[in-house]
Amino acid sequence: MQSLTPDDLQAIWLTLKLASVTTLLLLMIATPLAWWLAHSRHWLRGIVSACVALPLVLPPTVLGFYLLLLMGPQGAVGKITQALDIGTLSFTFTGLVIGSVIFSLPFAVQPIQNAFEAIGRRPLEVAATLRAGVWDRFVSVALPLARPGFLTATILAFAHTVGEFGVVLMIGGNIPGETQVVSVAIYNRVESMEYGAAHWLAGGMVMFSFIVLLGLYLTGNRLKVVR
Amino acid sequence: MSSVHAKFSMQRGAFVLKVEFDTPSRGVTALFGQSGSGKTTLLRCIAGLEREKGELNVNGETWQSDSFFAPVHERSLGYVFQEASLFPHLSVRANLEYGYQRISPEARKVKIEQVIEWLGLGNLLDRRDPSSLSGGERQRVAIGRALLVSPKLLLMDEPLAALDNMSKQEIMPYLEYLHRELEIPVIYVSHALDEVVRLADHLVLMDKGSVLASGSLAETISRLDLPTAHFDDAGAVIAATVAEQDDTYSLTRLKFSGGELWVGKVAQPDGTTVRARVLARDVSIVLQRPGATSINNILAAQIIEIQDEGSAKVNIRMRVGEGHTLLARITRRSCDQLELNIGMGVYAQVKSVALMPGCSV
Repeated sequence: MQSLTPDDLQAIWLTLKLASVTTLLLLMIATPLAWWLAHSRHWLRGIVSACVALPLVLPPTVLGFYLLLLMGPQGAVGKITQALDIGTLSFTFTGLVIGSVIFSLPFAVQPIQNAFEAIGRRPLEVAATLRAGVWDRFVSVALPLARPGFLTATILAFAHTVGEFGVVLMIGGNIPGETQVVSVAIYNRVESMEYGAAHWLAGGMVMFSFIVLLGLYLTGNRLKVVR
Repeated sequence: MSSVHAKFSMQRGAFVLKVEFDTPSRGVTALFGQSGSGKTTLLRCIAGLEREKGELNVNGETWQSDSFFAPVHERSLGYVFQEASLFPHLSVRANLEYGYQRISPEARKVKIEQVIEWLGLGNLLDRRDPSSLSGGERQRVAIGRALLVSPKLLLMDEPLAALDNMSKQEIMPYLEYLHRELEIPVIYVSHALDEVVRLADHLVLMDKGSVLASGSLAETISRLDLPTAHFDDAGAVIAATVAEQDDTYSLTRLKFSGGELWVGKVAQPDGTTVRARVLARDVSIVLQRPGATSINNILAAQIIEIQDEGSAKVNIRMRVGEGHTLLARITRRSCDQLELNIGMGVYAQVKSVALMPGCSV
């Protein structure tokens, strides 16, 4: 029985890179978005909430299909990127990151939003009466109190990105070293009947997912995702 | 001279708030009224936690006008909420220091050591988890935290309401102490008359979003035309000075311009001003000074107002001495039999006096 091939290692490395970049971007996007959703009474709030939750219910292929059209040579995004001399983003690592960010957005936004909502207004009001300005209140009160939410969001976003398949296949294809992540690599192995090699990767994924979730539950966090 | 002038108007659904009042430059002003009268909303407006139309002047500084609104964190105020609301992620010491660190060093008039001593916080300082404190301890820390921003105005929203009786008794002496020591105006929201009578110097009586009456505590609390006159514990407040200690019988003699009152022993030196509360239901009226009686305190008084209290009783307001007032609640039958009239000179027999130690009117 063979062990991991250089191709496999490349796929693992690419997967970890994709998940890390995606998670980092997601935290940056999800934090202000979750804050707004938790505190705003704007009429757009319901629409934005629905859009954020959309990837939870859509088949990844649907999402991938539209992203592919958008980023392709004839798509709106594709035309812009071509005009900027970047070329098209489909079948590139950047395109994959964009797809992953959208696909995992609810997994980052919802735990953080729940955490912000659980804090309520009182601690922030108290901080305001103790001379803390808006940004100060956010950093010294809201962020530390929402820490469990951030932890859950980080773990879920990372794990969910590692586990995605449909979106990657639709917009990224199967280019080794560029867009071939572990889930796609497993698919390739199975297609070419290399079950032994598939086991190495698939078993690894099971171990990884189990350890992540175990860590999540042991640290007392719950998967507070509203499905 | 520091003082507060506040004027606010707002509407939220069916609730309309329209108030205007002033407070003296120091001492406690109680916003007193039933739940739903708009006291807390008004306090939040003063703090800037609600953004409503209004004018607010504190200490000659404008905090709010038609064209200007200072955000909460730029108002020099301390706010004590009903629930202590300590930051759960900070230790007791870090909670105390939160606001202190956010004002400029020159503005720090209140020192941490001072507050620790005032509120007896010494043995709580190193507690890492504020939720391990008792309700009373938490509220003491919250009060200390608010004082440490050296505020020009202290706002307290029913700080005792969420506490059990034991904790209330534990905190009250600290509040009374602060009442004497603080040189800033305090606005204290409450719906408990006994708290107000112990702590307030000035009373703003609220009902359904508007101010029914506003004035000194002693004057306002004894008015018969206000809802407070119909309370079971309606009564008058008299400022008196300690004049004599009688160790044989464990009594203390207080004197004021209307005469003297013997009360249970007060451990205060002669000359100290204390606040005595006399409930209307503890006062009876006689036409001649009685001879032998078990009642210690009999004061000469003049009737100035009589109002019905339900169908069976009347409330009687009397003047004793110079500027002091006493209320009596007696049956309407007695009132008729004694042929009591406005202007009549009578004697008030005071069955019991409650003392508010260390409070001056």
